[in-house]
Amino acid sequence: MPISYPRLLLCGDSALVVEFGNSIDPELNRRVLAFDALLAQEQVPGIRETVPTYRSLLVHYDPTIVAYAELGAKLMDFATREGLPSRRGRHWRVPVVYGEEFGIDLEAVAERARLSPEEVIARHSGAEYRVYMLGFLPGFTYLGGLDPKLATPRRQEPRLEAPAGMIAIGGIQTGIQCIAAPSGWNILGRTPMRTYHPSRDPIFLIEPGDHVSFFPIPMREWDALDRAAEAGEWVAEMVDP
Amino acid sequence: MSFLVVDKVGPATSVQDRGRSGAQRYGLTSSGAMDRKSLAIANALVGQKIGAAAIEIGPLGAEFRAVGGAVRVSLAGADRAATLDGRGAWVNETVLIPEGGTFAMSAARSGVFSYLGLEGAIAGKPVYGSLSVSARAGLGSPYPRPLQSGDKLEVGTAKRESFERRFKPLPVEQGPIRVVLGPQDDSMTPEAVALFFGAEWRVSPRSDRMGYRLEGPKLAHADGFNIVSDGTVPGSIQVPGNGQPLALLADRGTTGGYPKIATIITADLPRFAQTQAGGRVRFVSLPIEEAQKEARRFATMLAQIEERVERLLTRETVKGEG
Repeated sequence: MPISYPRLLLCGDSALVVEFGNSIDPELNRRVLAFDALLAQEQVPGIRETVPTYRSLLVHYDPTIVAYAELGAKLMDFATREGLPSRRGRHWRVPVVYGEEFGIDLEAVAERARLSPEEVIARHSGAEYRVYMLGFLPGFTYLGGLDPKLATPRRQEPRLEAPAGMIAIGGIQTGIQCIAAPSGWNILGRTPMRTYHPSRDPIFLIEPGDHVSFFPIPMREWDALDRAAEAGEWVAEMVDP
Repeated sequence: MSFLVVDKVGPATSVQDRGRSGAQRYGLTSSGAMDRKSLAIANALVGQKIGAAAIEIGPLGAEFRAVGGAVRVSLAGADRAATLDGRGAWVNETVLIPEGGTFAMSAARSGVFSYLGLEGAIAGKPVYGSLSVSARAGLGSPYPRPLQSGDKLEVGTAKRESFERRFKPLPVEQGPIRVVLGPQDDSMTPEAVALFFGAEWRVSPRSDRMGYRLEGPKLAHADGFNIVSDGTVPGSIQVPGNGQPLALLADRGTTGGYPKIATIITADLPRFAQTQAGGRVRFVSLPIEEAQKEARRFATMLAQIEERVERLLTRETVKGEG
């Protein structure tokens, strides 16, 4: 039986999922974010916070304020509205040191794609990516729009510790991992930008729906930029349309 | 002002409160107490708000010392032996640690986490409304990591009161852990769903504040074990490729790419979190209407928890403080 979207899924007694589809698709993601923006605007009683992802919105709510049936009906009403407002995302230009000890998988990705490492860098930094979502870890930025030629499956054995600022490829996605954590993604390089910095205001820079492109910087610029970023500077360029 | 000095501590001991909210959309998880009910009891005993910051103590023993003034504390949660300067002290009661005094507790005899409530609030800088430690995110105050011996927490000095307080214990909860089916139970075979409810699961020693791994029969996926990543909640039960469920808890990732067969109800999270490594659990499915009734009952119970706090006869008075 084909599933009809949007649909509601139960996520325990205090959360609902509104699912708009089942794939990684910019149009689906736009609907999720527009729906999220509408909920924020309408200030629906009982909603604690929302978590937009590729193709669904997780809505945390307080069941002592609103029951799931009532909230679910309201959410479905909003989700099926036509012409939801769409926010024009900002554009981030993010500096990256590609290769060398910061991009330990660059050679392997290049070999698999039958490209030179320089061509991989040119293709990876030549594209504009959509921020589908932030999740898993604070500031982990999931980006869509990777050159299909660069798609590389995740490693069989995840690394126990991938460094903060990692720029990597996992399947057809690329992303920025802000804090050191285990990872099965293929590491191309590293950015000094902190997408998450707990003692900076704002703590987070990138929003779902923004766009990101990368530009290569030489290793000799790393130390100064890394220090500046630690001190709270953004070290990425942002264009707000 | 007084200080609570950590003289001895095991792993998984950290400052926790009700957790942070508002930044899950950026990948920052809620953290907070693994057992919100025991946190509430510890706080109610010392006259704090039920979601205030306390010290969450892991399964091993710990020792704390009051410096610079007397500190009134309470202990709730896992059952342990406790002593104040060598004399017996009790779970579910307040105790006044005089300046220089030592409050010590054994490893948990049953349960996992205890909460040390503090009458004088822990001084710290909240982020997204919370002092809770999230070690991976480098968050938590006053220390953005689990506590270590030698740490010194600034807390308010004990009030000059001539009585201590006791908490009238709540009825012991038993029976299977209750869950609401979904959101991705349809990603599992019907046999796997039946097996999930039919089997007894063992809590793996490889469990932590992020989640509890469950060992038992292998659960089969209907159509692969990858989904397009979506959001998680405390109590989400993921089934990764190896077919062994993983119940996501306070320090979980905010999103995940494995199907979630079911979600533990809010009211049963404390009891589940208190299951020791090697302990056995079973699950039973609850209709959403029933689960929400239980969630409301749980919230009411928390809101009324201070009604179960009663005065004890004089045992100790604060001398020369305040």
